[in-house]
Amino acid sequence: MASSQPVKPPLATQASQAQRGSQPGLRYPSNGKTIYHRPLNRSRTQELSQSSFAYLFGEMVSYAQKRVTGIQDLEKRLNVQGHPIGLKLLDLLLYREPPRTQTRPLHIIALLQFITTILWRHLFSRPADALEKSSNPDTPEEYMISDNEPLVNQYISVPKEMNQLNCAAFVAGIVEGVCDGAGFPARVTAHSVGKGEEGELWPGKTVFLVKFEPEVVEREAYLGRS
Amino acid sequence: MSYYFAIIGTKDNPLFEYEFGTAKQGGDGIARFAEQARHMNQFIVHSSLDIVEEVQWGNGQMYLKCIDRFYNNYVSCFMTGGNVKFLLLHSPSQPATTNTSRASTSIGANPTSPQTEEAIKQFFTEVYENWVKTIMNPFYNVNAEVRSPVFRSRVAAAGKKYL
Repeated sequence: MASSQPVKPPLATQASQAQRGSQPGLRYPSNGKTIYHRPLNRSRTQELSQSSFAYLFGEMVSYAQKRVTGIQDLEKRLNVQGHPIGLKLLDLLLYREPPRTQTRPLHIIALLQFITTILWRHLFSRPADALEKSSNPDTPEEYMISDNEPLVNQYISVPKEMNQLNCAAFVAGIVEGVCDGAGFPARVTAHSVGKGEEGELWPGKTVFLVKFEPEVVEREAYLGRS
Repeated sequence: MSYYFAIIGTKDNPLFEYEFGTAKQGGDGIARFAEQARHMNQFIVHSSLDIVEEVQWGNGQMYLKCIDRFYNNYVSCFMTGGNVKFLLLHSPSQPATTNTSRASTSIGANPTSPQTEEAIKQFFTEVYENWVKTIMNPFYNVNAEVRSPVFRSRVAAAGKKYL
């Protein structure tokens, strides 16, 4: 293909439209519009069809299920699929915030509130149902985000022999991506709790357990003191 | 006024760099770093990363204003949500200060004046918009170098427009 043509060395300092042609391997759409020509705000109020998402997500789960060794492995894969989405959404949603509230989250609470309101509203058109801190004094780094009926699980029926599985691990991956991106490294896992008396009302209730790394808690204590 | 702009990833790795000069007040948009000082720009910007780390947790704003100074070089910082730093080194050219009163209020002569801060803020905001577009690309991974010539030309246009 283009390999026989002489390739201009890339210009070190000045770049212009004319330089476009000198980059081999980079293709441009015929109308000249690249990702940089598209506005970032356009789809703010547009919603996607839930059935098409359910179909896509079903395929993602079955793709992740190939060659896995167990439930944990499958959840890990779903988590990994969601992680880059979280990293990208963090900056996209901050960009869409009005300038006055366009601040980077500096504290755990601010970050979790960003996740339960802004992120949740962007993904599911409603805020998360609860945000709690672990009441166990041994685990001060654990926080819980509850969702009474996760949108991703709406059309998923988990077989009995896999009852440990919660496909909202994908959402947990998104949350983990946001935490990691914002400089709060954490492990996030999804757990089904729809049992007992609460299960009557919300059988699909899922708790996202956010476990921050020790250095995050340490920094939080330091920032709180100064 | 000469500018050196760098985007630094989360592991203090450079992702993008661009050098330009002022296009305002009849500037020609060409950086005029002295030949023996030019190679120092990367060092100065790199050394200011320590200060960025101190400042970033004290203030949740993305634009952290002018954070560091090394002789006649001023470093302004913008921090994205994903902990990527935009650093702009600006060094006023020496003879410009002896010019008329119009020149002395120009953003070129006063590296720490509110007007300069505002101009740099607008520059950073425009770059940030393009940066978000870059990272939304599914083929872009965290901490990967940005090679897009379109991104480069967008940064150049923002520099020409505001600085």
